[in-house]
Amino acid sequence: MEQEILSLRQELIAAIEGADTVAALETVRVSALGKNGRITALMKTLGALTPQERKTAGQALNTFKTDIAAFLDEKKATLETRELNARLHAESVDVTLPIRPQNTPGRIHPVTQVTEEMLTIFAQMGFDVAEGPDIEDDYHNFEALNIPASHPARQMQATFFLKDQPDKMLRTQTSGVQIRTMENKKPPIKIVAPGRTYRRDYDMTHTPMFHQIEGLVIDKKTTLAHLKGTLIEFMKLFFETNDVALRFRPSYFPFTEPSFEADVGCSRENGEFKIKSGAGWCELLGCGMVHPNVLRTCGLDPDEYQGFAFGCGIDRFAMLKYGIPDLRSFFDADMRWIRHYGFLPTDVPTLINGLSQTAGAKR
Amino acid sequence: MKLSLSFLKRYLKTNWTPTELADKMTAIGLEVEEIIDRAAALDGIIIGEIVSKEKHPNADKLNVLSVFDGTKNIQIVCGAPNCYVGMKSALALPGTLIPQYGEKLEKGLIRGIESRGMMCSERELNLGNDHTGILDIKTDLPAGTPVARALNADVLFDVNVTPNRGDCYGVAGIARDLAAAGAGELMLPDATPVAGAFISPVTVTTTDSACPLFTGRLIRGVKNGPSPEWMQNLLVSVGLRPISALVDVTNFLNIALCRPLHVFDAGKLTGNLTVRSAKDGETLVALDDKTYTLSAGMTVVADESGPQSIAGVMGGTNTGCTPETTDVFLESAWFDPIRIAQTARTLNIESDSKARFERGVDPLSTRDGLEIATRLILDICGGTPSKVVTAGQLPDTKRTITFDFNLVERLCGFAIPKERMIDILTRLGFTVDGSCIDVPSWRQNDVREGADLVEEIVRINGLDDMPEHPLRPDQLGVAMLPPAARREAALRRSLAARGLNQVITWSFMDSKKAALFGSKGIVLTNPIASDLDEMRPSLLPNLLSAVARNQDHGTRDVPLFEVGPVFTAPTPGAQQTFAAAVRAGNWNDRHFLQPARTVDVFDIKADLMDALAAVEAPQNAQITGGGAPAWYHPGRSGTVALGKNVLAWFGEIHPALLKTFGIKTPVVAFELNLNALPPARNKAKAQKALKMSDLMPLTRDFAFVMDESVTAGKVISAIRAVNKDLITDVSVFDVYTGDKLPAGKKQLAVQVTLWPRDKTLTDQEIEVISTQIINLVAKNTGAALRA
Repeated sequence: MEQEILSLRQELIAAIEGADTVAALETVRVSALGKNGRITALMKTLGALTPQERKTAGQALNTFKTDIAAFLDEKKATLETRELNARLHAESVDVTLPIRPQNTPGRIHPVTQVTEEMLTIFAQMGFDVAEGPDIEDDYHNFEALNIPASHPARQMQATFFLKDQPDKMLRTQTSGVQIRTMENKKPPIKIVAPGRTYRRDYDMTHTPMFHQIEGLVIDKKTTLAHLKGTLIEFMKLFFETNDVALRFRPSYFPFTEPSFEADVGCSRENGEFKIKSGAGWCELLGCGMVHPNVLRTCGLDPDEYQGFAFGCGIDRFAMLKYGIPDLRSFFDADMRWIRHYGFLPTDVPTLINGLSQTAGAKR
Repeated sequence: MKLSLSFLKRYLKTNWTPTELADKMTAIGLEVEEIIDRAAALDGIIIGEIVSKEKHPNADKLNVLSVFDGTKNIQIVCGAPNCYVGMKSALALPGTLIPQYGEKLEKGLIRGIESRGMMCSERELNLGNDHTGILDIKTDLPAGTPVARALNADVLFDVNVTPNRGDCYGVAGIARDLAAAGAGELMLPDATPVAGAFISPVTVTTTDSACPLFTGRLIRGVKNGPSPEWMQNLLVSVGLRPISALVDVTNFLNIALCRPLHVFDAGKLTGNLTVRSAKDGETLVALDDKTYTLSAGMTVVADESGPQSIAGVMGGTNTGCTPETTDVFLESAWFDPIRIAQTARTLNIESDSKARFERGVDPLSTRDGLEIATRLILDICGGTPSKVVTAGQLPDTKRTITFDFNLVERLCGFAIPKERMIDILTRLGFTVDGSCIDVPSWRQNDVREGADLVEEIVRINGLDDMPEHPLRPDQLGVAMLPPAARREAALRRSLAARGLNQVITWSFMDSKKAALFGSKGIVLTNPIASDLDEMRPSLLPNLLSAVARNQDHGTRDVPLFEVGPVFTAPTPGAQQTFAAAVRAGNWNDRHFLQPARTVDVFDIKADLMDALAAVEAPQNAQITGGGAPAWYHPGRSGTVALGKNVLAWFGEIHPALLKTFGIKTPVVAFELNLNALPPARNKAKAQKALKMSDLMPLTRDFAFVMDESVTAGKVISAIRAVNKDLITDVSVFDVYTGDKLPAGKKQLAVQVTLWPRDKTLTDQEIEVISTQIINLVAKNTGAALRA
């Protein structure tokens, strides 16, 4: 028996070593360990031996069987690895080939982006958002704003009128929202109203449609100093700098008294616009304390209520902040423009990230 | 309002520099838009006198000049045809900046002759447009004198006077504000009455309420030559052309004091003057040599032969003053601003007089202006004045405001000492008596109540001391955006994430195209361009125009969207917010992994489904084929609706319409009416608790054969209706029509996913559900399981 095992062992090891595919190895395994295999056959002869012989031979045979099984496993692993490697080699592709056509993200228009930036700041100060209609009546666009029919300010704003509707026009300012808000709500009022506005102008910095945002605060205690504080804080957050200088220049608007234009300190070096103090001034917005006549028209007693209003061009802020040269291009719907100046949908303005969203990788 | 430094200094005694004055004007609300320092621009340019002139040996059109610069003669090559020996002109020596070119002059060699300087034209000095020859300066000043002196070059301020400040359309008004702000001392001319020597033979009456006061006087024996040099210089300094002494006096006082006047040649008047409403069809040849046809409602000054001037706007040529005028009738009147503005607009006339009357002229200047003008005419032209004739009288416009000085602090948030406030008001011409403030006659239009006085005080005081008080929210944690606006914001970013680019297009469009998109006929009276004349009834036409423009310059694939208003009626609020998207061109180009394909209805349907999800449209919204407006492809479009309430349309754009827009690729589009949605929810609701199960989903396939007209949507909803909890997905993996089926039939192959939550389904249970699916689909659609 011992001799038999030794010779079979040598024979099987040679066969295992000689197998060069998993299939050939399987044949060897079956010939050794299968139902009719040679080791199986040897196991079957154990029954004919004496108990003493059986014990010795059985131990030897078991060791032999275990060894062969281990050799088979080892060889199988080797062969499998080799075959896998061969398959992987055969499967290789040229990864420098271009990817499948993708749906690349579109862009958000700068006016929307900047409006959201502004609203983010005003929300933090506790303003609500109000909206009003694009088509206005004479009362809300002019009369209630202290601009009676003969007022020269009507000529200051080239108004679009509707045919056969002498009393209707496209709003020349978002200020009508002030009136509509005060008509519907008692103070305290604290709103901003963004929206489309219309004037009959067309050049590099004027388009027949543009966007304004209007602010209105009415209560019993809000002063010009609050307006200044609000605007300075707004400018700091919007332009992300603490070096903000603001100057109030007396001006004239029929719906505020006193009225001012607010200028912000800025520099323009090599065509780059920068908010900073001590370098020069840039006209920013119109503002003032709400005119007593406007309060009266809305049923508020100016001896009791007071507040401020401001209005500015959103498009202009977008141009200044993001260096967009020509206002007319805002409304051209040119793919080249929107993909260049637009924002990724993931660029949601937040105060924690800072409002400027030019850092995101563009695709 | 253009204002020269020399003109200002006639009314303001000051030693401030032009920059200081300009800064102060801006600081008090008279914004200086530009300071034009004509003297500084002419720095280094001097008077040169031509002492000899010879033909250039090598050029026909050039001369070689010898020019005296005050110390020596200089050789200059010059091409000007108008140069002559003895002429004084503007000489620039090498190193001098030439205003027009913004570059320094260098010595030159012109056709072999050295030129050591340049004689300049008007245009080269930025003084005008004339470039036909060099400047011919008629002056007694010697060569070498700066040209700026010879030309009286002055500093010019371009002041943006706001419409409430009619008084600052006069130089003296600006001087008064500057004096109040500490920039100097106001100097006003003597307005004491000049005694009349006789009774004017010309009398005046006014029958028009637009002329409450008309005054005048005759001055006999005047000599109407050129006005004196000082007056001519001042007129020229603000861009006016001197004409004759009488006319110049009126122009001068118009600019200086904002007091429009008129002079009639009394010798040409027929009888007396009446201020009246014009008669329809009356004509007048005005001083601009144009003939105007007048109509009732316009005010004229007429003599007995007819209108001689359009009141307050422009005089007539018939009775205008000429060098031969010896007797002049001087008019000083007050006209209603609205009447003047309307008349001038109707006749389309601009004049300095009209510009002032329509902004509001100081009513009291009617009498003062007459006396000041009389004095000037007597000084310059001599003559004997009559007594003043007057028609009408001014309404009493005196206004007294009871003013609480604390209002300044109440409105502005900082205090100004009361003495300072009183001082400012007094300097501006207000009379302060305790809390009673009298408004000066020239500010009647503008200053009506306390808030107006606050403005006067703070604008002169300055706002440098104003503190900054930040505004803090009254309540925290309250969402600021209205729910509808938040929904729009989410929608925009969802659509952008799908590859659509947000655009903003005009609210108006071409009415011819609007007619193809359900025009609502909301047309503008005065559009900015003829193809932007109607308020858009749909977002699509502007988006399609944008597609065409983009494709015209080579961008073939155009995915765009807009969220904005469409207009339904010409009334406030009759507008709806829509979201619309277009995709044009290819979805993808040829690629080794997938073939090229153009965009199709299922691309835009996917965009729309995403949009509906972003705006939280109700789950039970039904998508049906057809029902979209005529601008869609009738067989490749659909409607999303909640019952009868249409939320959206989508599909291919009708090829005939694409042709109208000049688009050569297919375009798919959707329009979603955000106003048709149920109101947006304000607050996030807590989610239902998530129930997870370890059980595995299983799928079953079905192949149904049905009439071609049956929609997949119907089949899918029938399947889902069998068990809404268990059936989690129904997908269509094959649609077949062809010769293996009877004509008019199609086959839909469907995979149904069943996902049990509580216990594993037995074979029998699965069988039951399968049977239910087959039966319900058969019942609802007539489809049969493939045999």
